[in-house]
Amino acid sequence: MTDTVSAPGAGTIPGDVAPAKPQAKSRKRFRPNGSAIVMTIYLLFLLVPIYWLLNMSLKTNTEILGTFSLWPRNLTLANYETILTDPAWYTGYINSITYVTMNVVITLAVALPAAYAFSRYTFTGDKHLFFWLLTNRMAPPAVFALPFFQLYSSVGLFDTHIAVALAHCLFNVPLAVWILEGFMRGVPKEIDETAYIDGYSFSRFFIRIFMPLIASGIGVAAFFAFMFSWVELLLSRTLTSVDAKPIAATMTRTVGASGIDWGVLAAAGVLTIVPGALVIWFVRNYIAKGFALGRV
Amino acid sequence: MAQITLDDLAHSYHPNPSGPDDFALKQLDMTWRDGEAYALLGASGCGKSTLLNIISGLLHPSQGRILFGERDVTNAPTADRNIAQVFQFPVVYDTMSVRENLAFPLKNRGMAGQEIAERVQKVAAMIDMEAVLDRKARGLTADAKQKISLGRGMVREDVNALLFDEPLTVIDPHMKWELRTQLKKLHRDFGHTMIYVTHDQTEALTFADKVVVMHDGRVVQTGTPQDLFEKPAHTFVGYFIGSPGMNLFDADINGRTARIGDATLDLGRPYAASGRMQVGVRPEFVRVGTGGDGLPARIRRVEDVGRHKIVRLDVMGVETAAIVGEDATIPTDIDRVSFVPEGINVYADAWRVAPQGETP
Amino acid sequence: MKTVNEKAWFLVLPVLLLVAFSAVIPLMTVVNYSVQDSFGNNQFFWAGLLWFEEMLASDRMWNALGRQLVFSAIILAIEIPLGILVALNMPQKGFWSSFCLVAMSLPLLIPWNVVGTIWQIFGRVDIGLLGYTLDALGLDYNYTQDSLDAWITVVVMDVWHWTSLVALLAYAGLRSIPDAYYQAAKIDQASRWAVFRYIELPKMAGVLMIAILLRFMDSFMIYTEPFVLTGGGPGNATTFLSIDLVKMALGQFDLGPAAAFSLMYFLVILLISWVFYTIMTNLDARDAK
Repeated sequence: MTDTVSAPGAGTIPGDVAPAKPQAKSRKRFRPNGSAIVMTIYLLFLLVPIYWLLNMSLKTNTEILGTFSLWPRNLTLANYETILTDPAWYTGYINSITYVTMNVVITLAVALPAAYAFSRYTFTGDKHLFFWLLTNRMAPPAVFALPFFQLYSSVGLFDTHIAVALAHCLFNVPLAVWILEGFMRGVPKEIDETAYIDGYSFSRFFIRIFMPLIASGIGVAAFFAFMFSWVELLLSRTLTSVDAKPIAATMTRTVGASGIDWGVLAAAGVLTIVPGALVIWFVRNYIAKGFALGRV
Repeated sequence: MAQITLDDLAHSYHPNPSGPDDFALKQLDMTWRDGEAYALLGASGCGKSTLLNIISGLLHPSQGRILFGERDVTNAPTADRNIAQVFQFPVVYDTMSVRENLAFPLKNRGMAGQEIAERVQKVAAMIDMEAVLDRKARGLTADAKQKISLGRGMVREDVNALLFDEPLTVIDPHMKWELRTQLKKLHRDFGHTMIYVTHDQTEALTFADKVVVMHDGRVVQTGTPQDLFEKPAHTFVGYFIGSPGMNLFDADINGRTARIGDATLDLGRPYAASGRMQVGVRPEFVRVGTGGDGLPARIRRVEDVGRHKIVRLDVMGVETAAIVGEDATIPTDIDRVSFVPEGINVYADAWRVAPQGETP
Repeated sequence: MKTVNEKAWFLVLPVLLLVAFSAVIPLMTVVNYSVQDSFGNNQFFWAGLLWFEEMLASDRMWNALGRQLVFSAIILAIEIPLGILVALNMPQKGFWSSFCLVAMSLPLLIPWNVVGTIWQIFGRVDIGLLGYTLDALGLDYNYTQDSLDAWITVVVMDVWHWTSLVALLAYAGLRSIPDAYYQAAKIDQASRWAVFRYIELPKMAGVLMIAILLRFMDSFMIYTEPFVLTGGGPGNATTFLSIDLVKMALGQFDLGPAAAFSLMYFLVILLISWVFYTIMTNLDARDAK
């Protein structure tokens, strides 16, 4: 039977195209589903290291260093308590969330009109400009770390949230323009023309009619901007010292005179995963469509 | 090639269907005779494609059996059934050339290179694509792509049946005509069993020897275009086929007369059943007149559609259409309609009741 | 077709100003440093192409570049096929589909230094599950001492971190294929391999191109994760370009050489990305003929 040939990655063919059901059932008993095995192994590979971090965050340091166990024997929330009651720790979260939010807002505010221009009009130098924007996505943050430090210090923005937000625009704006341009190209031009004929001004048309049409695209661009701003550390650490220090950088505090405080380190790590996990949970139904970036 | 028999077949997309409404395809027994050209006609969502996909094995039916000749193929996969199927939207393998596309089904069956080349050449001539054989399929127009899909279906000469699922939807009108003619020619030359799914009655009536009309998951009538016109087995057939559709009147039937409102109508033939039923008359069998016998009527408007005129009337509150010749003059004082007896059919619960003495 | 409208420049202006501020000015600074020398006290002297010559002659940069190229090549060779394999096997609908999507997105939203921390802990022989298990199995594993172990750990960490991105992109591509293609393939008796080769792969080509470009660029710029995990060690075994650059610029404050290094680094990325991009668009164009 052709349907059972499992060459590259024994995938199931989507849609209700299943052959002979009774046969499929009897086959199942003898041969487990290849896809399920592949996915189980892959998901285990992804989740076990995260579980291990969670496991450690719920142990005391004595237990971490003393005994080796797959789950906490003396379950403790002390590590989380340390973080959530110490301002030096939790302001890190507030700082991170502040500059990430600022970055998402700035990114969308400048990328939306630009993407509209690229998707609708031809103008002198448009292609070069578009490619030049994309090259900024290719710029290694390491190259920019020192000049950024000097630039923001000289204009008095060092150790502010806005400095980090602007720095992250370096790679988020090109990506957002590129994603939004893909989604906008999918909206027929006739819609713009009809709106202008109906007497809409550009700004009213853009906000009232056009933005709702590409809402999913805006969501995807915001998601990617959030993602890359949240996970980045090199620039955010270089551009801050105290007042805007991100949580990820605060984690180095766990290295003390008496060695590393593993429990607190793990708890801080777990807490940095939470905002990302929350965001994913809210967009879970759009992930598949979103990753197509409007370009499939 | 073989006769295809559907035995007690039914299909539901629900895992545990609870009532008849859950069935996309309701219980069905049917035989498709070898070498005939069938059209499967019905509105969208009536179960046509479901039936087609069950025959080709893309769907496994919830109940019943499918037989090719004497062989039970209910559990056989698509590949084993040796069927060709063409879909609504063109499916081509983008990265292959037109030639490779046409050769693909043959290559998968392990045919020798020489033979493949000959067949491909022949099919390419048939679909008029010899000139572009070495082009990539990707850049072609929608109708060229659909011709490739048709070609891939026809390149295998030994198929049990050729199935078409609304294949001409995306094709330009003038190309539609040409492709349909080619399909008919193909049918005459090779004598394959063909099943052609469509929602377009003209397409169905011009293509097929037999038309199978489906409605709401059920086959309501199988017959020649003439049968469908003269003796619609279900009010849906009367309504769906013909333009405009059949006129229907609520009536009390008794022997060979029907009472519609306060008027009496001679049915021309006696009926065994009696009681509250419906009388159906196609517009082609409605005659309009002034005075004399018939049902009282009031004229509302006249539409000239070119070949003939359609008279819209109000017959005792029922909107009624009548077809008169293009050259006929229509008096404005029409107050009576009468029906040609051969054109009168009687329906009970939407199904046609045969008059006494009719041979099916 | 698009209309010609020079006023569209006004719509692009905000982006232009922002990117000019956050990219052009810093880049000018880098260029400026790369051609000057300093003896402290903020006094600078014209040094011409001295730093470029020095960097080109130094083994240090060539070694880092070599390691970087090998690393990116390994990453692409593992993550692209693995991502496709995972995408092909993902459930199509229902609870498990959502579950897989959420679980797979998780590593993508973990801050990069935490990714390093997770693997730093996970691989330790005393407290990490991976290290402990390997040790218990009698394998001599220690990523802080052994170069090969360090390399394997960094590669596995990157596969853990980024394969999901490739898989999600490929999955999105797969989802866009109409059922009719699979049905036609069944009618044509295509093998599973043929379905992959002639239907799925061509339909995924667009998103795979994006995946390859993104993975190349990001693996070529990798800094935080290996920095946390190995600190570039043992020795210089996992000192990739970015790590070396930061060491030079912020650690040793060798501004001139670091700036020259930066520019060449950036150019190499641009060059390789451009080559990738051109090859792939050419392949695309050739297919269309």
